[in-house]
Amino acid sequence: MAEFILDVNGAQLHVNAPADESLLSVLRNRLNLTGTKYGCGEGQCGACTVLLDGRATRSCLVAVSSAVNTKIFTIEGLEQNGKLSAVQQAFLDEGAFQCGYCTPGMILSATSLLHRTHNPTEEQIVEAMNGNLCRCGTYPRIVAAVKRAARLMPAKGASR
Amino acid sequence: MSLRDQSMLEFVRDSAGEASRSVQLDRRDFLKVLGGGLLVCLTHSTARTQESGRIFGGHELPKDVSAWLHIAADGQVNVFTGKVEVGQNIRTSLAQQVAEELRVPFASITMVMGDTDLTPWDMGTFGSRTTPTMGPQLRAVAAAARETLVQMAAQRWQVDAATLTAADGKVTDPKKARSFTYGELTRGQKLVKLISGEERLTPATEWKIAGTAVPKVNGRDFVTGAHKYPSDMVLPEMRFGAVLRPEGFNATLASLDTSAAEALNGVQVVRDGDFIGVVALDAYTAQHALSAIQAQWNVPAQPSNEGLYEYLKNSPETGDDGGPQHVTGSVAQAMASADLKLENQYTVAYIAHAPLEPRAAVATWADGRLTVWTGTQRPFGVRDELMQEFRLSAAQVRVIQPDMGSGYGGKHTGEAAIEAARLSKAVGKPVKVVWTRQEEFTWAYFRPAGLIEIKAGIKRDGTVVAWEHHNYNSGPADIGTPYAVANQLIQYHPANSPLRQGSYRGLAATANNFARESHMDELAHAAGMDPLEFRLKNIADLRLRAVVQAAQDKFGWGRMKSSPERGFGIACGTDKGGYVATCAEVQIDPASRKVRIRRIVEAWESGAIVNPDGLRNQVMGAIVQSIGGALFEQILFANGRILNPHFAQYRLPRFSDTPQIEVVLLDRKDLPSAGAGETGIIGLAPAVANAIFAATGTRLRSMPMTPVHNGQEKSSVQFQS
Repeated sequence: MAEFILDVNGAQLHVNAPADESLLSVLRNRLNLTGTKYGCGEGQCGACTVLLDGRATRSCLVAVSSAVNTKIFTIEGLEQNGKLSAVQQAFLDEGAFQCGYCTPGMILSATSLLHRTHNPTEEQIVEAMNGNLCRCGTYPRIVAAVKRAARLMPAKGASR
Repeated sequence: MSLRDQSMLEFVRDSAGEASRSVQLDRRDFLKVLGGGLLVCLTHSTARTQESGRIFGGHELPKDVSAWLHIAADGQVNVFTGKVEVGQNIRTSLAQQVAEELRVPFASITMVMGDTDLTPWDMGTFGSRTTPTMGPQLRAVAAAARETLVQMAAQRWQVDAATLTAADGKVTDPKKARSFTYGELTRGQKLVKLISGEERLTPATEWKIAGTAVPKVNGRDFVTGAHKYPSDMVLPEMRFGAVLRPEGFNATLASLDTSAAEALNGVQVVRDGDFIGVVALDAYTAQHALSAIQAQWNVPAQPSNEGLYEYLKNSPETGDDGGPQHVTGSVAQAMASADLKLENQYTVAYIAHAPLEPRAAVATWADGRLTVWTGTQRPFGVRDELMQEFRLSAAQVRVIQPDMGSGYGGKHTGEAAIEAARLSKAVGKPVKVVWTRQEEFTWAYFRPAGLIEIKAGIKRDGTVVAWEHHNYNSGPADIGTPYAVANQLIQYHPANSPLRQGSYRGLAATANNFARESHMDELAHAAGMDPLEFRLKNIADLRLRAVVQAAQDKFGWGRMKSSPERGFGIACGTDKGGYVATCAEVQIDPASRKVRIRRIVEAWESGAIVNPDGLRNQVMGAIVQSIGGALFEQILFANGRILNPHFAQYRLPRFSDTPQIEVVLLDRKDLPSAGAGETGIIGLAPAVANAIFAATGTRLRSMPMTPVHNGQEKSSVQFQS
């Protein structure tokens, strides 16, 4: 066990954990940030996706010790002052979920994509999102939501 | 027993098979437990009374309106149902129906679901039963409540109730321009009223809230991460548990050393016979403790994928399988006079449900009472399992099902609930158990594998005159042909499955429809007829005909001709009150024989549409999910071990597998609403197989359609001169 200071959703959080515990486990089981989901623990499903310095990352494959000194954003950190992010709003508008369990990971993968590529083509969306599984099969709506989010987003300042 | 009743029986049978795992009852015993009235119920009851429960272990649905619905003084309406939300959107669609009949704004409805303390008993959420049974049930409740409210207002005003109107959460007296809100009438008290069954329900043609695309209730919580799934539940003082799994199925423990695990800080090892679990202060340590346990297991030799279908055919569940379920005319005579005969075998593999949220439970004991939050499609079934396991009364167990990370028929059982309760009881603290992906792939249950044999004969003009269909192990759902065939013999042969098997979205309808629609396609080609025309020639059911024609129009069937690089296929079917026709376009690389599904058009009809947006989402999801079972999903196993229990080895459909999908919904406001969560899944596999055949001339008769399993089936086409 060691103490780590994590920068999560703009707050400095102190946590005691073994250095090799996954960031996913620390977020869910020690910090009670349960919006980040466990799906496989092997980086194959994308349910645990968070942003590390703006980039979509599988938190199940990241040791907590290596997440120190990065800016971590989870699904809980996207809403600002009661306003959904463009990607969240687009998922809601398109009804791009069924059970919703994959949704946080999907939203963070899409956020990361749109941060890098403001107007992605369908092929770019598929390529960027292909590591995220939706067992309910809502892929067509998720693609539509990402396109909608691209339209909703301001051209600049898409910081998260 | 009709074929439809057979498929109802299958749900029960699935549940029985699962229950036998945990409570050591065999199927016959389970049926006995359910009560001798079971078959009576299934053979001559209406959809509404099928789940009225009178025969299911003595469960009777309450007739009091107050058991189902409560109106608070502020007008907020709580509606209680044992059904559960797993992504199929019934939290929204049921609320719409109640709002409609009660005449209140949609936003005033809160659905309380899947809580065994708060909601009336319910058999479970499966079989596409919510919309055809719980929908009308709650509509009747709401209509009865509305009538009562009108009468209460009439009494208060001393006027004739017939002169009053109910709308927008108020009863109004138009003559005197006065009104009471529902809350003013109830003042939060229970409504005293029995459901008569004679309530006049608002016809779909007059719906204002039902029938519209109301967005998912609490949709915002799903995009913010605020929604708490079963695996997200946290209690004060909660510990984390994990269970040691045997090395294989039917294994026995040979040796055990838990000392290293027990030496870890805060770890308790719990042993009860061959059940070995650990409890730790945190999830990380629980998993470490588990891997520190030294255990050796004896795993007996068991069947594998190799030779599976022969094994299933030769391993009947009992000596006597009861004979054919359905016989009309004489298949033998009709075959003798047929102009063209065709006989084939089809196979479907075991597949996994792979819900993205694995099994999870949090259990806590207080004052001899057990409360468990868990992800299950059968909260009351899990309560029964817990009662059996811990010898408790119904009053001592509460099961709560937070809206979960889906199930697809895969979460009928309460394994994690029992494990968490066992560990919690042993350590005297609340305990959470969340299965790993590997556990979910190994220790849950599978969609049954099966072998299907079909023999058919047709006349020169394309009329199917004989149809014989045998299903070994995969199940009787949708086993009967929807085509007008005079001579039929249909039989399901239960087998001793080497793997634990159970329910799955659509049950065996996927397998039976794949075999039937592939066979129909082959007959069409053999007869030199267009596959769509051939089907229409043999369809008498106007609803089936309507979806075929709707798919035909949208797809542009017949305007494009198949080539070696591009194939077009069609399939149709009906099950559980839903009608589906699917057209597929596939692209094939003739050199590598790689197949890609380019476009799917699916026409769907399930009576009056309750929520077109939710329905479209369900049908589209079913199409996407079915790509996996059609093309690549398959559980590999040998000697009691699952060989591919990871997403890296067991491929699920991804974004890149998804074709262009167009869903055509037919809204039959003149017909009762049927469930729509399942049957949309049955069309894609045969449509794709038929498209591949149209392009390449190669007939793929196995699901998944991977090359390794093709070419093993016997096939014979014989023309008589």
